[in-house]
Amino acid sequence: MEELGWLAISGRIVQQTLPVWVAMAIVFVLSIRFRRRLGLYGKLFDSNVGMVGFGIVLFWVLTAIFADLIITHDPLAQMRGMRNAVPGSRLANPADQYPYYLLGGDSLARDVFSRAIMGAREVLKIAPFAAMISFMIGISLGLPAGYFGGRLDTGLTFVANLVLAFPVILLFFLLVAPEIQATVIPTAMAGVLFLVPVLFVMVLLNARFFTQPMKRNLYVGAALLVGLWAYSGLAFNADPLGVWGMRANLLNVFVAVVFVNAPTVFRIVRGITMDIRTRDYVAAAQTRGEGPWYIMMWEILPNARGPLIVDFCLRIGYTTILLGTLGFFGLGVSPESPDWGSTINDGRRLLTVYPHPALVPALSLMSLVLGLNLLADGLREESLRD
Amino acid sequence: MLLFLARRVGVMLVTALCLTFVVFFLTNLPAKLETLAKTQAGSRMSDAEVASWLDRNGYNQPMLMRYGEWLGVVPGWTREEADGTVRGRCVERMGAEGYGARCGLAQGYWGQSTRFRAPVSEVIGTRLGATGWLMLWVLIVMVPMALIVGVLAGMREGSRTDRSLSTFAIASTATPEYVSGVLFIALLASSTVGLSPLLTSWGVIDGPVLFQGNARSALEGITFWNFTLPVLTIALYGMGYIARITRASMTEVMTQQYIRTARLKGVSFGNIVLKHALRNALIAPFTVIMLQIPWLLNGVVIVEVLFSYPGFGWTLYEAAVNNDIELLLAASVVAVIVVLLTQLISDVGYVFLNPRIRVT
Repeated sequence: MEELGWLAISGRIVQQTLPVWVAMAIVFVLSIRFRRRLGLYGKLFDSNVGMVGFGIVLFWVLTAIFADLIITHDPLAQMRGMRNAVPGSRLANPADQYPYYLLGGDSLARDVFSRAIMGAREVLKIAPFAAMISFMIGISLGLPAGYFGGRLDTGLTFVANLVLAFPVILLFFLLVAPEIQATVIPTAMAGVLFLVPVLFVMVLLNARFFTQPMKRNLYVGAALLVGLWAYSGLAFNADPLGVWGMRANLLNVFVAVVFVNAPTVFRIVRGITMDIRTRDYVAAAQTRGEGPWYIMMWEILPNARGPLIVDFCLRIGYTTILLGTLGFFGLGVSPESPDWGSTINDGRRLLTVYPHPALVPALSLMSLVLGLNLLADGLREESLRD
Repeated sequence: MLLFLARRVGVMLVTALCLTFVVFFLTNLPAKLETLAKTQAGSRMSDAEVASWLDRNGYNQPMLMRYGEWLGVVPGWTREEADGTVRGRCVERMGAEGYGARCGLAQGYWGQSTRFRAPVSEVIGTRLGATGWLMLWVLIVMVPMALIVGVLAGMREGSRTDRSLSTFAIASTATPEYVSGVLFIALLASSTVGLSPLLTSWGVIDGPVLFQGNARSALEGITFWNFTLPVLTIALYGMGYIARITRASMTEVMTQQYIRTARLKGVSFGNIVLKHALRNALIAPFTVIMLQIPWLLNGVVIVEVLFSYPGFGWTLYEAAVNNDIELLLAASVVAVIVVLLTQLISDVGYVFLNPRIRVT
């Protein structure tokens, strides 16, 4: 049983992730070539921090996309004799399989490398969408709270503070459990939370196009159709075509993460709105006789985009950390799921003897979140510059 | 000021009431009660047995009634068994006079923990003490480190020190406790991998490991050896954020007119930073440090589970896993009070530190 040295392991990992490197090279060359025409995204390539962050994030996104090509073994398959194998171990009986466990085997003799790669897909399937839904909810509630003020503001702020006063971890323990999945609570919460994005898009389009009824009917109708289609599938698992759908435990996790994130976004949006409301262009729009929703959606929101984009990147990172926490406590994940949090949890029992099964997902998670934070930092710097 | 405080305390009470009811509701769902019955009285119970167990132990009343019992505003449940003995929520605690009496939060009774088989107040009290030590050391390590990093980075914006320290701060916020804890254990607390075997073979350390990866022994006596890793793990994650706020605040102060005046007068750079800038730059970090404390609770739970240190976080975890309703409720009350109190202190402290701001 010969083992590979670290140099050989690195070489083979680079070779295995070749599609990612090629795609990354293409994106970078094209982006740097045309960066003057790409707005804020193009400016990102003027700052080193932003570029490094974008590179790391892009690496993981592409890894998640090409995961099927990259993995060397089935992430759930167990090989005889490979329990806790050290990195670079040769399979006892490779047959027509990839002959090595590049980053070793875990306590159930599964390939650590393949599990970490598939874990990226698990995380990136949820985190950006959870952050997006949180943002839509935070924006749809924060804009009117900041713009109208008064009772509405007091009530919404109280509810937001209520959720924020809850220690996140306690909320997860209470909200993400098999017993809860059996009740209507996750579905009911999803029913409310997922409805907000649909309403958001409709109000957004209606406020813009209500002076041209033909166009308005077309756009709002199309948005409503697609929105309700996705809504029925995601919230109630009742999509007639079966395109949209979420398993019960995934829905539970999703709802919990959105619920935790939305109040923070609400507070940010509310604060920015209260600031922008006093600007001259808002007064101009009011004098023109624009409706409140037009002013909020098409005057205030576009001008608040800088801080919101930055926070969006940070929030994806934070959501990744939250998902890892859930996995670490074994909440809401299926038992053999290769997601990073539960892999770290599995690996920590033998941590002092065989550290590699826990270290690989730990470093992966850290690098993704670091990339997102660096990206946010670069964006902040570049958006402040003009 | 007094009016402001009174209103804040009022809002706090309403918030705490709402939150405990939510916790009560979620822990008393039928499915959860069934789990509780099975863990308490045997896992192979039939549905009828579960129902009768719940009925016998007073879980069958309407939820609002039982929430009232827990608060101590409604008399505790009582029940006459077939053999004539009287049982009840308060009877078990106070004997025969407990019949029809109220026993709950208002009377200072926190209930009985089903997981640890001891009064909740006792369990929470001792565990909070253990966590208090952990938090104390975390704050002692975290706050000065964060302030130093932030001030050093912020005093010369854009310099090389600023770049590297800012990157360090970002990296530390990107490393959640379960990642840094795992890294630390693998690197420093393992006798087969990492630094420890190297140091042992060089004769630098006596024991097999540099630091201990299990903090249970810290209950008897806190030593550098068994407490460093848990403290460092929590402090590292919380540090980055405070450092970044301090840096932002410091860079803003350094562009002020009075700093320029001081420079033009020929005051040395060290004196400017220490005497003119620092005090104004520390207002913003103060509030953030206060608001960071409830946030540390997350880290406390993770770290206490990871290093098996039986403190408050570990108790919360055990209570949640075993659906220990009254312990979980008490833990959430404590957590909520910590959150609300730190918010209050940060608001009041902000007013004292910054005379330009008035509370209304």
